[in-house]
Amino acid sequence: MATVTYDHATRIYPGTERPAVDALNLHIEDGEFLVLVGPSGCGKSTSLRMLAGLEDVNGGHIYIGDRDVTDVQPKDRDIAMVFQNYALYPHMSVADNMGFALKIAGTPKAEIRQRVEEAAKILDLSEYLDRKPKALSGGQRQRVAMGRAIVRQPQVFLMDEPLSNLDAKLRVQTRTQIASLQRRLGVTTVYVTHDQTEALTMGDRIAVLKDGLLQQVGTPREMYDTPANIFVAGFIGSPAMNIGTFDVKDGRAQVGHATVPLDRSVISKLTDADNGKVSIGFRPEALDVVGEGTEDAFQIQVNLVEELGSDAFIYGDLKSSSADLHSGSSDQVIVRVDPRRTPMKGDTIHVTIKTGQAHVFSAATGERLS
Amino acid sequence: MEQLQIMSATPDSALLDLPWRLPLAEWPADVLAALPRGISRHVVRFVRLGGRVLAIKEISESVAFREYELLRQLRKLEIPAVLPVGVVTGRKDDDGEPLEAALVTEHLAFSLPYRAVFSQAVRPDTATRLIDALAVLLVRLHLVGFYWGDVSLSNTLFRRDADQFAAYLVDAETGDLHRELSPGQRSYDLDLARTNIIGELMDLAAGELLDEDVDEIGIGNSLVERYTELWEALTGVEAFHADERWRVAARIESLNDLGFDVGELAITTDIDGTTVQIQPKVVDAGHHSRRLLRLTGLDVQDNQARRLLNDLDSYRAATDRQEDDEQLVAHDWLQTVFQPTVRAVPRELRRKLEPAQLFHEILDHRWFISEKAQRDVPMPEATASYVENVLRHRPDEKAILGLAPGEEDPEADHFHLST
Repeated sequence: MATVTYDHATRIYPGTERPAVDALNLHIEDGEFLVLVGPSGCGKSTSLRMLAGLEDVNGGHIYIGDRDVTDVQPKDRDIAMVFQNYALYPHMSVADNMGFALKIAGTPKAEIRQRVEEAAKILDLSEYLDRKPKALSGGQRQRVAMGRAIVRQPQVFLMDEPLSNLDAKLRVQTRTQIASLQRRLGVTTVYVTHDQTEALTMGDRIAVLKDGLLQQVGTPREMYDTPANIFVAGFIGSPAMNIGTFDVKDGRAQVGHATVPLDRSVISKLTDADNGKVSIGFRPEALDVVGEGTEDAFQIQVNLVEELGSDAFIYGDLKSSSADLHSGSSDQVIVRVDPRRTPMKGDTIHVTIKTGQAHVFSAATGERLS
Repeated sequence: MEQLQIMSATPDSALLDLPWRLPLAEWPADVLAALPRGISRHVVRFVRLGGRVLAIKEISESVAFREYELLRQLRKLEIPAVLPVGVVTGRKDDDGEPLEAALVTEHLAFSLPYRAVFSQAVRPDTATRLIDALAVLLVRLHLVGFYWGDVSLSNTLFRRDADQFAAYLVDAETGDLHRELSPGQRSYDLDLARTNIIGELMDLAAGELLDEDVDEIGIGNSLVERYTELWEALTGVEAFHADERWRVAARIESLNDLGFDVGELAITTDIDGTTVQIQPKVVDAGHHSRRLLRLTGLDVQDNQARRLLNDLDSYRAATDRQEDDEQLVAHDWLQTVFQPTVRAVPRELRRKLEPAQLFHEILDHRWFISEKAQRDVPMPEATASYVENVLRHRPDEKAILGLAPGEEDPEADHFHLST
């Protein structure tokens, strides 16, 4: 097992000006489950394929452990792309289905059997080893496919959107299985997805990419609580964080009728480029519904109430403000409210941001200031 | 409310008549042409619709659209692959529950899955010929920048091509089209191909469908060798002395022999002009089939075309018309040799093989009986003998699909990921 290190790793496709992956620096610990996440075209799959040896590295280096693999052939990197090949062979036993790659590599029979048995134990397949795949359920067959990668005992597992062709229900089920299996095996794993929920639920750490640039890397909690910039703030979390840009007056941001106090350290970081404005973000659950006239409260006009049983969300507009305040790709503000005390469509509610739960970003650069 | 949507470049309203409200696995036998053999990742069914056989695969919507687009692009690049027909989305069952999207492709007439080739136990070098065909396909895909991601015998269909096979890509689900492939992508694809092929052959061996003498690993390795040779022949740099310029023409000729045309050749010299370097930059497969198409309008596979062109050449020599316009001679050959031969085969037996393949086999047969009889057997006589002694005993290969509806699959069921 091993660490993985990207050291200023860069990939530029021929005929393009902007690198697909731009000087990526990332250190993945031995046994860690790291998720690369970002919107389409952000460079996450390219980064994974650079590690696999499927993309040339035009600048920088990639290490597996202490070994520089930048120019090593894919098959000599000691990695396994999981789920690449899950065709099962009907005439071969489950054990042979799992171990045939070792047989090709000339591994002695006794060792193959031993490795297959170990993998089968972890995968709960021990009692099926001498049966044909026909006798297995769909889920068990999928575990045989994972077993193929496990018996090779690679240093690193690579997974590129492995759940993308499963239906929604099986996706959730398999996601949990992969995460728990990885923890039991302790093999360093790099996992690519465009789905931030998948990233939050599976990864030890998450690396968010955009336009070929690493935006932030951290634990799911860190990414959620202290996003490094507006992009990460808007990308991580569902429903997305509400973000808007407001004027700053006398050390306070002007949000509709109300003002939001800004920390002195934040004010001191403002530059001329910010032009007297800041961007403020707050998650749907970071608001308290308060009575009319409460200090620092701003007003939301309710357009829609979404009841989900355990939760209720309000979609609305900030009143008395021309500022563009909205959540993710919707053009509205989202507020989580007590599902037993929901307002009506057309009502106006008063809300305040819970202490310490406002995220302040530079209006000019999008970088975190708070 | 009905929300079924069919996206198709060649819309066929008959598609609407299929029972889209049922999960594919539950489609009634009367609409099915066949079920696939073996274990596959998704549910796949074959249906017969308006004279065509369609393959329908249930798959998530985004993957279906992606594969459909890739197959369309491969068609544009003239890569031998199955023809994409369309994507069906918005399916719902009678309770209004959503069903998975479906990718529809047209089944390739006269194609053979590798399991069918082996179960016929034709010739001892069958495996080698399949591997050669797959190596050519893989090289062609890599030349246009297609990374397959899951090269295997089961993701390929084979068509008889004179005494060889021609390989067609069937499954592009894991593929990706790039501007150009890196050496790493090519080598990974090739390594995966080797592993998959050995696995598939080991599986045939375990099912006692493969001759015991067959060396599975050796065959897998031979794919790597064949691929590497062909790649080198098509893309390698060759350097020689400036007074050996005939080597330019020789290189082009050797590529033609391999069935490729040179679209663009880079020629560079060193500063004092003593050394010349050449490297093919654009090569297109189908050298012989293009030439035959130009001369006769017949659209056939490359080795079949080579065979037909050879016969055309002998016709030209035998009728002493070397000085005549090549196209005129080709027209006469078509009218007096090729078409009468194919027409002499009884109609009900013609669906056993493609016309060009029939003609090739008749030529082979004529050679065989001429040698035996120690005289030149004329074509009509050879054709009659071939029909009686060979073709009647051959299986019908127009649509070898798998199992008839209701037939028990000896090779297990269908691998569907949802349990």
